[in-house]
Amino acid sequence: MIDIGLGHYLTLGAIIFTIGIVGIFLNRKNIIVILMSIELILLAVNINLVSFSIFLNNLIGQVFTLFILTVAAAEAAIGLAIIIVYYRNSGTVAVEEINKLKG
Amino acid sequence: MIAHSIFFYTFSFIAILSAIMLTVSKNTVHSVFFLILDFISISCLFIMIGAEFLGMMMLIVYVGAVAVLFLFVVMMLNVVQQKNEWLVSTKSSTHIPIGLLISLVILFELLVVVGGWKFKPDLMTSMSLTISQDITNTHSLGSVIYTDYIHIFQLSGMILLVAMIGAIVLTFRQRSGLKRQSYFGQISREKTEGVQLIDVESDKGVNLDD
Repeated sequence: MIDIGLGHYLTLGAIIFTIGIVGIFLNRKNIIVILMSIELILLAVNINLVSFSIFLNNLIGQVFTLFILTVAAAEAAIGLAIIIVYYRNSGTVAVEEINKLKG
Repeated sequence: MIAHSIFFYTFSFIAILSAIMLTVSKNTVHSVFFLILDFISISCLFIMIGAEFLGMMMLIVYVGAVAVLFLFVVMMLNVVQQKNEWLVSTKSSTHIPIGLLISLVILFELLVVVGGWKFKPDLMTSMSLTISQDITNTHSLGSVIYTDYIHIFQLSGMILLVAMIGAIVLTFRQRSGLKRQSYFGQISREKTEGVQLIDVESDKGVNLDD
């Protein structure tokens, strides 16, 4: 319990990943919260990569965390732009009313 | 070691709690604030275990750019009134038990993977790029990024450029009935079409109306 090892960090990453999944599954109202849940999932991936990198004494994990960071920023920008365009065209971003594809 | 464990449990508790609050919060602005709190506590964890550059970079990129972008969009879209009804939505109550079940299965699988990894320590041997202890984290990352990973680094720059252009193109709107400056027309004006030279006879004056 006292000695913090790799397993603790991986468990933290797993818990945050699962909370992000729950946010995507169970959010029935707001699409921006779904985007934030995707950010949480990417954050969990970053936690895993950094903790493996530190505890295995290997720098590659941190390098790829940097690239995941840029991809996450690009994804957030594009996703929010799409949400703005959709709101401008249809007047709502509620999840239950986005049913053009009858999914 | 005691301090390390105390800090780890504090920051991870704050991170998990704020992630849960992000998901269940009724107000979207509060969700963005909890997202910021989550990023800050995770970056504190990163700084604590020795990845200082990534911790600072997460503060700059996520808290400084992405979270502020989320706040801007939340304020622009007027979604504050649309409450984030979680678990109380009447229409789709059949999704909730199945979603919770699948999430629990995913968490269980991830924890099984973590536990199984602890019993396979020979993964330790497959390492290539060791962290040296006598130079700083930023120094070692920089010496790797700009030499071995320069192509991927420039590719990520291209990804950011494409994202920037894509966001601008998506949200650009040509509004009608708006007087705009015509840059090309201004620049491409020539002397021959802009200026007219008239020979003026004395005591006659000029009639410019023709």
